[in-house]
Amino acid sequence: MVQHEARRLDASFAALSDATRRGVLEQLGRKDASITHLASRFRMTLTGMKKHVGVLERAGLVATRKIGRVRTCTLGPRRLAEETAWIEDYRKLWAARFDELDTLVEELKQKEKSDDHTGKG
Amino acid sequence: MTTQAKDEALPGKHPTTAGRKSDRELVVTRTFDAPARIVFEAWTTSDLLKRWWVPKSLGMSFLSCEIDARTGGTYRFVFAHPAAEQPMAFFGRYLEVTPPSRLVWTNEEGGEGGAITTVTFEEKDGRTLVVMSDLYPSKEALDEAIASGSTAEYDEAFAQLDALLA
Repeated sequence: MVQHEARRLDASFAALSDATRRGVLEQLGRKDASITHLASRFRMTLTGMKKHVGVLERAGLVATRKIGRVRTCTLGPRRLAEETAWIEDYRKLWAARFDELDTLVEELKQKEKSDDHTGKG
Repeated sequence: MTTQAKDEALPGKHPTTAGRKSDRELVVTRTFDAPARIVFEAWTTSDLLKRWWVPKSLGMSFLSCEIDARTGGTYRFVFAHPAAEQPMAFFGRYLEVTPPSRLVWTNEEGGEGGAITTVTFEEKDGRTLVVMSDLYPSKEALDEAIASGSTAEYDEAFAQLDALLA
């Protein structure tokens, strides 16, 4: 397990050590793109871009799928972990808000009850 | 942090859930031990909303909070944060206000890619289930919202990596 993790980290570091590959990740963070599009965007040959994408793919940072003649790149499975973490942060923000709302709602409820009581009494 | 953990352990508190319901939708839910009209009032009255929208742990404070909770009405929240030089404004329009069961509003501070927020208040046996959904115009818009939230970490990691490799 630990060794597997270490190998994965090695692969990630190698993958991220190149400015073009970091640029590709940034680009894919905005929108999925074909290898052809990435190659022209980063002004390099198709073969060169394929190599970069291959490195990112082996590190789990990018996933590719071929539809017809076009190979489309998306952010890879590691992106899922990142998304899960983001959603958990978002949940925590709302949990904190809702805790405050709970307190307020309880106060309003009590106030209504005592107003009712005074009204009837 | 400790305070929050303690708060959540208090009896009577209900859990908050959050998840990506589809490619372009995020959903948050929570139950409150009160009738819907009370919970609804707390979402649509400025003086009440100000008391819960910015939990202390966020470190932000309201500079102003304008709510015109009518269909077609607008809202504008302005916050101050010690780490931000400029105040932050969040604003939009209410597309639907149906007391005490449904609220729909736009989020326009981010321009085009903003989500439409729908909040429903379902009352049952004196309790109210609140379901809040953020529907983004596209998968890309939600992906971007998520990515921009994690960009800071990425940038930091890359800066460290650059330093390491220099």
